[in-house]
Amino acid sequence: MHIVDGALSNPVVIAGAALTIGGLAQGLRKLPMEKIPVAGVLSATFFVASLIHVPVGPSSVHLIMNGLAGLVLGWAAFPALFVGLLLQAVFFGFGGLTVLGVNTLLIAGPSVLVGLLIRPRVQGAAPRPAAIWAAIAGGLAIALTTVFVALALAITGDEFLPAAKLVFFAHAPVMFVEAMLTGAAVYLAKQVKPELFDDFQGALQ
Amino acid sequence: MTPVISTLDKPLTATGANRQLSWLGRIDPRIRILCAAAFAVVVVACEDFAPLGLAVAISLFLLSASRLPARRTMMRVATMDSFILFILLLLPFTVPGEPIFTLWGFAASWEGLWQAIEIALKANAIVLALMALVSTMEPVTLGHALHALKVPEGLVHLLMFTVRYIDVLREEYLRLKQATKARGFRPGTNRHSYRTYGYLVGMMLVRSLERSERILGAMKCRGFTGRIPLLDRMAFGPSDVLFVTGFVLVLFAIGAMELAYGAY
Repeated sequence: MHIVDGALSNPVVIAGAALTIGGLAQGLRKLPMEKIPVAGVLSATFFVASLIHVPVGPSSVHLIMNGLAGLVLGWAAFPALFVGLLLQAVFFGFGGLTVLGVNTLLIAGPSVLVGLLIRPRVQGAAPRPAAIWAAIAGGLAIALTTVFVALALAITGDEFLPAAKLVFFAHAPVMFVEAMLTGAAVYLAKQVKPELFDDFQGALQ
Repeated sequence: MTPVISTLDKPLTATGANRQLSWLGRIDPRIRILCAAAFAVVVVACEDFAPLGLAVAISLFLLSASRLPARRTMMRVATMDSFILFILLLLPFTVPGEPIFTLWGFAASWEGLWQAIEIALKANAIVLALMALVSTMEPVTLGHALHALKVPEGLVHLLMFTVRYIDVLREEYLRLKQATKARGFRPGTNRHSYRTYGYLVGMMLVRSLERSERILGAMKCRGFTGRIPLLDRMAFGPSDVLFVTGFVLVLFAIGAMELAYGAY
Protein backbone atom coordinates (compact mmCIF):
# COMPACT_ATOMS: atom_id res chain seq x y z
CA MET A 1 0.00 0.00 0.00
CA HIS A 2 1.61 3.21 -1.15
CA ILE A 3 0.15 6.60 -0.44
CA VAL A 4 0.94 9.20 -3.11
CA ASP A 5 1.85 12.86 -2.96
CA GLY A 6 -1.01 15.29 -2.60
CA ALA A 7 -3.52 12.88 -1.06
CA LEU A 8 -2.90 13.56 2.63
CA SER A 9 -3.34 16.77 4.59
CA ASN A 10 -0.26 18.73 5.64
CA PRO A 11 -0.42 17.91 9.37
CA VAL A 12 -0.44 14.18 8.57
CA VAL A 13 2.50 14.51 6.17
CA ILE A 14 4.54 16.61 8.59
CA ALA A 15 3.79 14.37 11.58
CA GLY A 16 4.74 11.32 9.49
CA ALA A 17 8.03 12.89 8.43
CA ALA A 18 8.89 13.92 12.01
CA LEU A 19 8.14 10.49 13.45
CA THR A 20 10.11 8.81 10.66
CA ILE A 21 13.15 10.97 11.37
CA GLY A 22 12.89 9.95 15.02
CA GLY A 23 12.57 6.29 14.06
CA LEU A 24 15.54 6.52 11.71
CA ALA A 25 17.70 8.12 14.40
CA GLN A 26 16.77 5.41 16.89
CA GLY A 27 17.25 2.66 14.29
CA LEU A 28 20.69 3.95 13.28
CA ARG A 29 21.72 4.16 16.92
CA LYS A 30 21.09 0.41 17.15
CA LEU A 31 23.12 -0.17 14.02
CA PRO A 32 26.88 0.30 14.44
CA MET A 33 28.98 0.49 11.29
CA GLU A 34 30.12 -3.10 11.65
CA LYS A 35 26.59 -4.38 11.34
CA ILE A 36 25.81 -2.37 8.22
CA PRO A 37 26.79 -5.19 5.80
CA VAL A 38 24.35 -7.58 7.52
CA ALA A 39 21.60 -4.99 7.67
CA GLY A 40 22.21 -4.00 4.04
CA VAL A 41 22.00 -7.57 2.75
CA LEU A 42 18.85 -8.21 4.80
CA SER A 43 17.37 -4.92 3.63
CA ALA A 44 18.02 -6.01 0.03
CA THR A 45 16.36 -9.35 0.83
CA PHE A 46 13.22 -7.62 1.99
CA PHE A 47 13.28 -5.40 -1.09
CA VAL A 48 13.38 -8.50 -3.30
CA ALA A 49 10.70 -10.23 -1.18
CA SER A 50 8.42 -7.27 -1.80
CA LEU A 51 8.65 -8.02 -5.54
CA ILE A 52 7.31 -11.58 -5.06
CA HIS A 53 3.70 -12.02 -6.07
CA VAL A 54 1.66 -14.71 -4.35
CA PRO A 55 -1.65 -15.96 -5.77
CA VAL A 56 -4.82 -15.23 -3.80
CA GLY A 57 -7.86 -16.64 -5.55
CA PRO A 58 -8.08 -15.24 -9.07
CA SER A 59 -5.74 -12.36 -8.27
CA SER A 60 -2.33 -12.01 -6.65
CA VAL A 61 -0.78 -9.84 -3.96
CA HIS A 62 2.78 -8.76 -3.50
CA LEU A 63 4.46 -9.47 -0.21
CA ILE A 64 5.37 -6.79 2.32
CA MET A 65 6.94 -9.00 4.99
CA ASN A 66 7.34 -6.13 7.44
CA GLY A 67 6.51 -8.48 10.31
CA LEU A 68 9.41 -10.74 9.36
CA ALA A 69 11.69 -7.73 8.96
CA GLY A 70 10.85 -6.65 12.50
CA LEU A 71 11.53 -10.14 13.86
CA VAL A 72 14.94 -10.32 12.19
CA LEU A 73 16.12 -6.72 12.41
CA GLY A 74 14.36 -5.21 15.43
CA TRP A 75 14.83 -1.43 15.51
CA ALA A 76 17.14 -1.63 12.48
CA ALA A 77 14.04 -2.54 10.42
CA PHE A 78 13.21 1.16 10.40
CA PRO A 79 16.22 2.38 8.37
CA ALA A 80 16.23 -0.86 6.34
CA LEU A 81 12.63 -0.47 5.19
CA PHE A 82 13.11 3.28 4.68
CA VAL A 83 15.93 2.57 2.26
CA GLY A 84 13.70 0.12 0.38
CA LEU A 85 10.87 2.65 0.12
CA LEU A 86 13.26 5.39 -0.96
CA LEU A 87 14.61 3.21 -3.76
CA GLN A 88 11.08 2.26 -4.80
CA ALA A 89 9.98 5.89 -4.89
CA VAL A 90 13.01 7.07 -6.85
CA PHE A 91 13.57 4.21 -9.28
CA PHE A 92 10.08 2.69 -9.63
CA GLY A 93 7.93 5.75 -9.01
CA PHE A 94 5.90 3.93 -6.34
CA GLY A 95 4.78 6.23 -3.57
CA GLY A 96 6.04 9.78 -3.52
CA LEU A 97 8.55 12.20 -2.11
CA THR A 98 6.69 14.32 0.42
CA VAL A 99 4.86 11.23 1.70
CA LEU A 100 8.05 9.19 2.10
CA GLY A 101 7.94 9.83 5.85
CA VAL A 102 4.32 8.73 6.16
CA ASN A 103 4.87 5.65 4.01
CA THR A 104 7.92 4.64 6.05
CA LEU A 105 5.99 5.07 9.26
CA LEU A 106 3.09 2.98 7.92
CA ILE A 107 5.36 0.07 6.95
CA ALA A 108 8.26 0.26 9.42
CA GLY A 109 6.30 1.40 12.48
CA PRO A 110 4.34 -1.88 12.75
CA SER A 111 7.52 -3.75 11.88
CA VAL A 112 9.40 -2.33 14.87
CA LEU A 113 6.38 -2.68 17.18
CA VAL A 114 6.01 -6.34 16.25
CA GLY A 115 9.75 -6.80 16.62
CA LEU A 116 9.76 -5.34 20.13
CA LEU A 117 6.70 -7.35 21.22
CA ILE A 118 7.24 -10.74 19.63
CA ARG A 119 10.94 -11.02 18.81
CA PRO A 120 11.96 -12.06 22.36
CA ARG A 121 9.41 -14.89 22.18
CA VAL A 122 10.75 -16.13 18.86
CA GLN A 123 14.40 -15.93 19.91
CA GLY A 124 14.35 -18.60 22.59
CA ALA A 125 11.57 -20.80 21.26
CA ALA A 126 11.65 -24.15 19.48
CA PRO A 127 10.78 -24.06 15.73
CA ARG A 128 7.08 -24.86 16.11
CA PRO A 129 6.09 -22.31 18.78
CA ALA A 130 8.41 -19.80 17.10
CA ALA A 131 6.49 -20.32 13.85
CA ILE A 132 3.17 -19.70 15.60
CA TRP A 133 4.46 -16.48 17.19
CA ALA A 134 5.89 -15.47 13.82
CA ALA A 135 2.53 -16.04 12.12
CA ILE A 136 0.93 -13.77 14.71
CA ALA A 137 3.67 -11.22 14.08
CA GLY A 138 3.23 -11.37 10.30
CA GLY A 139 -0.54 -10.96 10.47
CA LEU A 140 -0.37 -8.29 13.17
CA ALA A 141 2.15 -6.18 11.25
CA ILE A 142 -0.11 -6.04 8.18
CA ALA A 143 -3.17 -5.38 10.35
CA LEU A 144 -1.37 -2.46 12.01
CA THR A 145 -0.18 -1.16 8.65
CA THR A 146 -3.72 -1.11 7.25
CA VAL A 147 -5.04 0.48 10.46
CA PHE A 148 -2.33 3.17 10.16
CA VAL A 149 -3.18 3.74 6.47
CA ALA A 150 -6.86 4.01 7.35
CA LEU A 151 -6.04 6.43 10.20
CA ALA A 152 -3.86 8.60 7.94
CA LEU A 153 -6.70 8.81 5.42
CA ALA A 154 -9.38 9.36 8.08
CA ILE A 155 -7.44 12.18 9.80
CA THR A 156 -6.95 13.86 6.42
CA GLY A 157 -10.69 14.20 5.88
CA ASP A 158 -14.09 12.60 6.25
CA GLU A 159 -14.32 12.17 2.49
CA PHE A 160 -11.64 9.45 2.74
CA LEU A 161 -13.51 7.47 5.37
CA PRO A 162 -15.11 4.96 2.94
CA ALA A 163 -11.73 4.50 1.23
CA ALA A 164 -10.11 3.94 4.61
CA LYS A 165 -12.61 1.21 5.47
CA LEU A 166 -12.16 -0.36 2.06
CA VAL A 167 -8.36 -0.44 2.50
CA PHE A 168 -8.78 -2.26 5.78
CA PHE A 169 -11.15 -4.95 4.50
CA ALA A 170 -9.35 -5.40 1.19
CA HIS A 171 -6.23 -6.34 3.13
CA ALA A 172 -7.82 -9.15 5.14
CA PRO A 173 -6.56 -11.82 2.70
CA VAL A 174 -3.11 -10.19 2.67
CA MET A 175 -3.02 -10.47 6.47
CA PHE A 176 -3.76 -14.19 6.22
CA VAL A 177 -1.18 -14.79 3.48
CA GLU A 178 1.53 -12.84 5.29
CA ALA A 179 0.81 -14.68 8.54
CA MET A 180 1.14 -18.06 6.82
CA LEU A 181 4.33 -17.08 5.01
CA THR A 182 6.01 -15.48 8.00
CA GLY A 183 5.23 -18.55 10.08
CA ALA A 184 6.69 -20.89 7.47
CA ALA A 185 9.75 -18.70 6.89
CA VAL A 186 10.56 -18.58 10.60
CA TYR A 187 9.93 -22.32 10.99
CA LEU A 188 12.53 -23.02 8.30
CA ALA A 189 15.01 -20.40 9.51
CA LYS A 190 14.74 -21.68 13.10
CA GLN A 191 15.68 -25.17 11.95
CA VAL A 192 18.42 -24.20 9.50
CA LYS A 193 19.98 -21.17 11.13
CA PRO A 194 18.54 -20.24 14.53
CA GLU A 195 21.08 -17.43 15.02
CA LEU A 196 19.17 -15.39 12.43
CA PHE A 197 17.17 -13.98 15.32
CA ASP A 198 20.12 -13.40 17.67
CA ASP A 199 20.54 -9.62 17.45
CA PHE A 200 22.84 -10.05 14.45
CA GLN A 201 25.32 -11.97 16.57
CA GLY A 202 25.42 -14.81 14.07
CA ALA A 203 27.22 -12.54 11.67
CA LEU A 204 29.54 -10.91 14.13
CA GLN A 205 31.77 -13.28 16.03
CA MET B 1 29.25 -1.44 -8.87
CA THR B 2 26.61 -3.63 -10.41
CA PRO B 3 23.58 -2.09 -12.00
CA VAL B 4 20.82 -1.85 -9.42
CA ILE B 5 17.52 -3.35 -10.09
CA SER B 6 17.85 -5.27 -13.34
CA THR B 7 14.38 -4.33 -14.42
CA LEU B 8 15.65 -0.84 -15.06
CA ASP B 9 17.01 0.21 -18.40
CA LYS B 10 19.17 3.08 -17.43
CA PRO B 11 22.47 4.31 -18.74
CA LEU B 12 24.25 2.37 -16.03
CA THR B 13 27.87 1.50 -16.49
CA ALA B 14 29.64 -1.39 -14.86
CA THR B 15 32.35 0.83 -13.47
CA GLY B 16 30.05 3.36 -11.90
CA ALA B 17 31.61 6.10 -13.98
CA ASN B 18 29.48 9.16 -14.42
CA ARG B 19 28.53 8.80 -18.06
CA GLN B 20 25.30 10.64 -18.66
CA LEU B 21 23.50 11.03 -21.96
CA SER B 22 21.62 14.24 -21.36
CA TRP B 23 22.48 17.75 -20.21
CA LEU B 24 20.14 17.21 -17.27
CA GLY B 25 22.15 14.17 -16.26
CA ARG B 26 25.29 16.30 -16.07
CA ILE B 27 23.81 18.73 -13.54
CA ASP B 28 25.27 18.32 -10.05
CA PRO B 29 23.44 15.40 -8.35
CA ARG B 30 23.03 17.37 -5.11
CA ILE B 31 21.25 20.12 -7.02
CA ARG B 32 18.96 17.61 -8.72
CA ILE B 33 17.93 16.06 -5.40
CA LEU B 34 17.26 19.45 -3.81
CA CYS B 35 15.32 20.62 -6.88
CA ALA B 36 13.15 17.50 -6.83
CA ALA B 37 12.41 18.01 -3.12
CA ALA B 38 11.63 21.72 -3.57
CA PHE B 39 9.40 20.94 -6.55
CA ALA B 40 7.49 18.35 -4.51
CA VAL B 41 6.89 20.76 -1.63
CA VAL B 42 5.71 23.58 -3.90
CA VAL B 43 3.43 21.34 -5.96
CA VAL B 44 1.84 19.73 -2.91
CA ALA B 45 0.99 23.19 -1.60
CA CYS B 46 -0.85 24.15 -4.83
CA GLU B 47 -4.59 23.79 -5.13
CA ASP B 48 -5.52 25.45 -8.39
CA PHE B 49 -5.50 23.72 -11.76
CA ALA B 50 -3.44 26.41 -13.53
CA PRO B 51 -0.27 26.00 -11.42
CA LEU B 52 -0.78 22.24 -11.31
CA GLY B 53 -1.04 22.15 -15.11
CA LEU B 54 2.19 24.14 -15.32
CA ALA B 55 3.81 21.70 -12.88
CA VAL B 56 2.82 18.71 -15.02
CA ALA B 57 4.17 20.51 -18.10
CA ILE B 58 7.49 21.15 -16.30
CA SER B 59 7.66 17.49 -15.31
CA LEU B 60 7.06 16.35 -18.88
CA PHE B 61 9.75 18.75 -20.05
CA LEU B 62 12.19 17.36 -17.46
CA LEU B 63 11.27 13.85 -18.52
CA SER B 64 12.08 14.58 -22.16
CA ALA B 65 15.30 16.32 -21.11
CA SER B 66 16.35 13.35 -18.98
CA ARG B 67 16.21 10.97 -21.98
CA LEU B 68 14.55 8.31 -19.88
CA PRO B 69 12.67 5.86 -22.09
CA ALA B 70 9.34 7.73 -22.22
CA ARG B 71 7.06 4.73 -22.68
CA ARG B 72 8.56 2.65 -19.91
CA THR B 73 8.54 5.59 -17.51
CA MET B 74 4.92 6.33 -18.31
CA MET B 75 4.06 2.68 -17.69
CA ARG B 76 5.64 2.93 -14.24
CA VAL B 77 3.69 6.07 -13.45
CA ALA B 78 0.52 4.37 -14.70
CA THR B 79 1.22 1.48 -12.31
CA MET B 80 1.37 3.97 -9.46
CA ASP B 81 -1.90 5.51 -10.65
CA SER B 82 -3.58 2.12 -10.62
CA PHE B 83 -2.76 1.82 -6.89
CA ILE B 84 -4.68 4.96 -6.04
CA LEU B 85 -7.38 4.58 -8.66
CA PHE B 86 -10.03 3.28 -6.31
CA ILE B 87 -9.47 6.05 -3.78
CA LEU B 88 -9.78 8.61 -6.57
CA LEU B 89 -12.91 6.92 -7.96
CA LEU B 90 -14.52 6.98 -4.52
CA LEU B 91 -13.86 10.67 -3.93
CA PRO B 92 -16.63 12.13 -6.14
CA PHE B 93 -19.13 10.03 -4.21
CA THR B 94 -17.89 10.92 -0.75
CA VAL B 95 -17.25 14.66 -1.04
CA PRO B 96 -20.47 16.58 -0.52
CA GLY B 97 -21.34 19.18 -3.17
CA GLU B 98 -23.16 19.91 -6.37
CA PRO B 99 -24.18 16.58 -7.94
CA ILE B 100 -23.10 15.58 -11.47
CA PHE B 101 -24.92 12.25 -11.75
CA THR B 102 -26.11 9.46 -9.50
CA LEU B 103 -24.96 5.88 -9.63
CA TRP B 104 -26.99 3.25 -7.76
CA GLY B 105 -28.39 5.95 -5.53
CA PHE B 106 -25.03 7.59 -4.79
CA ALA B 107 -24.52 11.13 -6.02
CA ALA B 108 -21.17 12.12 -7.51
CA SER B 109 -20.20 15.71 -6.81
CA TRP B 110 -18.16 18.15 -8.89
CA GLU B 111 -16.15 19.08 -5.81
CA GLY B 112 -15.14 15.47 -5.30
CA LEU B 113 -14.22 15.08 -8.94
CA TRP B 114 -12.03 18.20 -8.82
CA GLN B 115 -10.33 16.96 -5.67
CA ALA B 116 -9.61 13.60 -7.28
CA ILE B 117 -8.14 15.26 -10.39
CA GLU B 118 -6.09 17.57 -8.17
CA ILE B 119 -4.54 14.62 -6.30
CA ALA B 120 -3.84 12.77 -9.54
CA LEU B 121 -2.12 15.83 -11.05
CA LYS B 122 0.02 16.43 -7.97
CA ALA B 123 1.07 12.81 -7.62
CA ASN B 124 1.94 12.42 -11.28
CA ALA B 125 3.81 15.72 -11.56
CA ILE B 126 5.96 14.94 -8.53
CA VAL B 127 6.72 11.35 -9.45
CA LEU B 128 7.63 12.31 -13.01
CA ALA B 129 9.94 15.08 -11.81
CA LEU B 130 11.51 12.76 -9.24
CA MET B 131 12.19 10.10 -11.84
CA ALA B 132 13.52 12.60 -14.38
CA LEU B 133 15.82 14.33 -11.89
CA VAL B 134 16.94 11.57 -9.54
CA SER B 135 16.33 8.12 -11.06
CA THR B 136 18.75 8.89 -13.92
CA MET B 137 21.48 8.93 -11.31
CA GLU B 138 23.80 6.04 -10.75
CA PRO B 139 22.62 4.68 -7.36
CA VAL B 140 26.15 5.06 -6.02
CA THR B 141 26.07 8.71 -7.03
CA LEU B 142 22.75 9.03 -5.21
CA GLY B 143 24.43 7.72 -2.07
CA HIS B 144 27.36 10.11 -2.41
CA ALA B 145 25.09 13.06 -3.12
CA LEU B 146 22.96 12.25 -0.07
CA HIS B 147 26.13 12.07 1.99
CA ALA B 148 27.17 15.47 0.68
CA LEU B 149 23.73 16.73 1.73
CA LYS B 150 24.50 15.69 5.33
CA VAL B 151 22.37 12.54 5.42
CA PRO B 152 23.83 10.38 8.25
CA GLU B 153 26.70 8.18 7.10
CA GLY B 154 25.11 5.01 8.46
CA LEU B 155 22.01 5.52 6.35
CA VAL B 156 24.05 6.23 3.22
CA HIS B 157 26.10 3.05 3.69
CA LEU B 158 22.95 1.06 4.33
CA LEU B 159 21.54 2.43 1.08
CA MET B 160 24.67 1.54 -0.87
CA PHE B 161 24.81 -1.99 0.53
CA THR B 162 21.14 -2.52 -0.23
CA VAL B 163 21.60 -1.30 -3.79
CA ARG B 164 24.66 -3.49 -4.21
CA TYR B 165 22.89 -6.67 -3.12
CA ILE B 166 19.40 -6.24 -4.58
CA ASP B 167 20.48 -7.74 -7.88
CA VAL B 168 22.46 -10.55 -6.26
CA LEU B 169 19.51 -11.52 -4.10
CA ARG B 170 17.07 -11.24 -6.95
CA GLU B 171 19.12 -13.85 -8.76
CA GLU B 172 19.10 -15.94 -5.60
CA TYR B 173 15.31 -15.68 -5.59
CA LEU B 174 15.08 -16.67 -9.25
CA ARG B 175 17.31 -19.70 -8.62
CA LEU B 176 15.12 -20.84 -5.72
CA LYS B 177 12.01 -20.25 -7.78
CA GLN B 178 13.42 -22.32 -10.60
CA ALA B 179 14.23 -25.07 -8.12
CA THR B 180 10.62 -25.18 -6.94
CA LYS B 181 9.46 -25.23 -10.55
CA ALA B 182 11.82 -28.08 -11.40
CA ARG B 183 10.17 -30.07 -8.61
CA GLY B 184 6.76 -29.53 -10.12
CA PHE B 185 5.53 -26.66 -7.92
CA ARG B 186 2.57 -24.75 -9.32
CA PRO B 187 1.47 -21.76 -7.22
CA GLY B 188 -2.16 -21.65 -6.21
CA THR B 189 -4.41 -20.50 -3.38
CA ASN B 190 -3.68 -23.24 -0.88
CA ARG B 191 -1.74 -24.01 2.25
CA HIS B 192 0.98 -25.89 0.43
CA SER B 193 1.73 -22.92 -1.85
CA TYR B 194 1.92 -20.47 1.02
CA ARG B 195 4.18 -22.77 2.98
CA THR B 196 6.43 -23.18 -0.04
CA TYR B 197 6.68 -19.42 -0.53
CA GLY B 198 7.34 -19.02 3.19
CA TYR B 199 10.17 -21.55 3.04
CA LEU B 200 11.50 -19.75 -0.03
CA VAL B 201 11.64 -16.43 1.81
CA GLY B 202 13.10 -18.13 4.88
CA MET B 203 15.79 -19.78 2.76
CA MET B 204 16.60 -16.45 1.15
CA LEU B 205 17.10 -14.94 4.60
CA VAL B 206 19.33 -17.81 5.70
CA ARG B 207 21.47 -17.61 2.59
CA SER B 208 21.61 -13.80 2.87
CA LEU B 209 22.89 -13.98 6.41
CA GLU B 210 25.54 -16.49 5.40
CA ARG B 211 26.46 -14.28 2.47
CA SER B 212 26.77 -11.25 4.72
CA GLU B 213 29.11 -13.21 7.00
CA ARG B 214 31.36 -13.88 4.02
CA ILE B 215 31.13 -10.23 2.94
CA LEU B 216 32.13 -8.97 6.37
CA GLY B 217 34.98 -11.48 6.47
CA ALA B 218 36.23 -10.31 3.08
CA MET B 219 35.92 -6.69 4.12
CA LYS B 220 37.85 -7.25 7.34
CA CYS B 221 40.50 -9.00 5.25
CA ARG B 222 40.91 -5.75 3.36
CA GLY B 223 41.23 -3.66 6.48
CA PHE B 224 37.60 -2.73 7.23
CA THR B 225 37.52 -1.02 10.60
CA GLY B 226 33.92 0.08 10.69
CA ARG B 227 34.26 3.10 8.44
CA ILE B 228 33.99 3.38 4.69
CA PRO B 229 35.46 6.52 3.18
CA LEU B 230 33.30 8.20 0.54
CA LEU B 231 35.66 9.64 -2.03
CA ASP B 232 33.39 11.25 -4.58
CA ARG B 233 34.06 14.94 -5.01
CA MET B 234 31.26 16.97 -6.47
CA ALA B 235 31.86 20.25 -8.21
CA PHE B 236 29.40 23.08 -8.61
CA GLY B 237 29.83 24.53 -12.11
CA PRO B 238 28.37 27.39 -14.17
CA SER B 239 25.75 25.15 -15.82
CA ASP B 240 24.57 24.17 -12.33
CA VAL B 241 24.11 27.83 -11.40
CA LEU B 242 22.11 28.35 -14.59
CA PHE B 243 19.93 25.33 -13.89
CA VAL B 244 19.23 26.31 -10.28
CA THR B 245 18.34 29.86 -11.30
CA GLY B 246 15.96 28.61 -13.96
CA PHE B 247 14.40 26.05 -11.65
CA VAL B 248 13.87 28.53 -8.83
CA LEU B 249 12.22 30.94 -11.29
CA VAL B 250 9.89 28.17 -12.43
CA LEU B 251 9.00 27.35 -8.82
CA PHE B 252 8.25 31.03 -8.20
CA ALA B 253 6.07 31.06 -11.33
CA ILE B 254 4.10 28.09 -10.03
CA GLY B 255 3.74 29.75 -6.62
CA ALA B 256 2.70 33.07 -8.15
CA MET B 257 0.06 31.37 -10.30
CA GLU B 258 -1.30 29.60 -7.24
CA LEU B 259 -1.56 32.91 -5.37
CA ALA B 260 -3.13 34.69 -8.33
CA TYR B 261 -5.71 32.04 -9.28
CA GLY B 262 -6.21 30.25 -6.01
CA ALA B 263 -7.06 33.41 -4.07
CA TYR B 264 -10.68 33.81 -5.12
